[in-house]
Amino acid sequence: MESLFPNVDWVEIWQASLDTLSMLGGSLLFTVLLGLPLGVLLFLTSPRQMFEQKAFYGLLSLLVNVLRSVPFVILLIVMIPATVLITGTSLGVAGAIPPLVVGATPFFARLVETALREVDKGIIEATQAMGATTRQIVVNALLPEALPGIFAAITVTAITLVSYTAMSGLIGGGGLGDLAVRYGYQRYQPDVMMVTVVLLLVLVQILQSVGDKLVVHFSRK
Amino acid sequence: MINFQQVHKAYHVNGQAITALQPTDLNIARGEVFGIIGHSGAGKSTLLRLINRLEEPSGGRIDIDGEEVTALDANGLRGFRQQVGMIFQHFNLLSSKTVADNVALPLKLAGKLSGADLDKRVAQLLARVGLSDHAKKYPAQLSGGQKQRVGIARALATEPKILLCDEATSALDPQTTASVLQLLAEINRELNLTIVLITHEMDVIRRVCDRVAVMDAGVIVEQGPVADVFLHPQHSTTKRFVQESEHVDEQEQHDDFAHVAGRILRLTFQGESTYAPLLGTVARQTGVDYSILAGRIDRIKDTPYGQLTLALTGGDLEAAIACFAAADVHLEVLR
Repeated sequence: MESLFPNVDWVEIWQASLDTLSMLGGSLLFTVLLGLPLGVLLFLTSPRQMFEQKAFYGLLSLLVNVLRSVPFVILLIVMIPATVLITGTSLGVAGAIPPLVVGATPFFARLVETALREVDKGIIEATQAMGATTRQIVVNALLPEALPGIFAAITVTAITLVSYTAMSGLIGGGGLGDLAVRYGYQRYQPDVMMVTVVLLLVLVQILQSVGDKLVVHFSRK
Repeated sequence: MINFQQVHKAYHVNGQAITALQPTDLNIARGEVFGIIGHSGAGKSTLLRLINRLEEPSGGRIDIDGEEVTALDANGLRGFRQQVGMIFQHFNLLSSKTVADNVALPLKLAGKLSGADLDKRVAQLLARVGLSDHAKKYPAQLSGGQKQRVGIARALATEPKILLCDEATSALDPQTTASVLQLLAEINRELNLTIVLITHEMDVIRRVCDRVAVMDAGVIVEQGPVADVFLHPQHSTTKRFVQESEHVDEQEQHDDFAHVAGRILRLTFQGESTYAPLLGTVARQTGVDYSILAGRIDRIKDTPYGQLTLALTGGDLEAAIACFAAADVHLEVLR
């Protein structure tokens, strides 16, 4: 071990792994909590849907597109004052979560909107014919029917968040990506780079296969 | 039961108004099976969806069971819709829910039943449509006919007064169609449920409907008891439907008859007269000979009927025609 990875401090790697996992967990949780309702709202107000609102949808859609087109590195820096306001710090795991959520939520909301659009319109019509309220249609028909698509969206978003966490090293966010940049790149320690990249790869692999399993489990077609 | 007064519907597409239904009056009686037949784009689907206001009328008034449906607010409309079941061409079952959960859904939405009462009601409904063994399956594991039976059980869950059928058998093979239609007829009889169905197949109308309306370009061009409309079609659209269902080509038939000597008559029997030995009696009395050029004996719902095209030669032709005219049959002299 010593000769193979002379520069690797395993305690630091362990700490960085935990940081990455908590950044990922925290930001994914809030992204889903915020993005799911936003996606439903986008879907319901979009053209030819139950609450068609041309102006509102256009505005919301524009906001989502603006946030999605801001490079995440820029978002990290621009968000610093807001992050301090929310979490009291712009550093560490807590400092990284707000920009991660703001960066990923619009992306996830779009994916949710697309997943809902995949639901057969006939199913919405059938539940309307039963006398369901819009809320009942969303809860009892739309979301259950779109569940496989929503799990696929969560998987894609989680993996995107993993790569975002690597960038948060830039503002002192910590985690594996930060380690890779600081030791592997800036100090020319390829062994550290190697270990962190392998760990990130393993993480992405696990996320993808768990996501795929969930999608299959909830697909009844 | 269902009453339309000058109900019409227009869509606006790119600023242009497209009329789906011209101002229409319609009366459907309690407990009857009312069929609406038309080609795609004739407006039958719009007419059906106006009944439970899945389509909002552009004008006119709809009353159902003494209630002015067109005046209901959102809340009233939801309550009303719970009294109207609907089944669909593509079944529209929730793929994420089991058969039992699909059937339970309208009851849950209405908040009517829960727990053991709900389970009991669902079991009853599944037994009625013959799917008790499939309660735990998902729709994807069922055949088309079984899916439509789930659809029917689901539509009946809230004990509706009216059942709307949107091309309910159009995606099914002939044998399955027959069994689903039989189930609909059974439900109509046993629950005294009013059924409104739309289709493009005359055969569906013939098997289950009491009355039929024929639609073309947003207008009801002909309506009446199925036997009348089916046996004596007046409008060209109706005639085309009847010919399609009987696989008759009018031009071909006309060419064939050109080779036949004598008078040509068409006799239409309905009910008990279908079984009377009329041809033999008339032939003996008047000395005419007859040959049968075309014919069918079948049933319209529960009424037997027969339609024969005859060529008469020899004997007293006029007396024979008079005999037929006097008998309990409908006579058309074709030549």
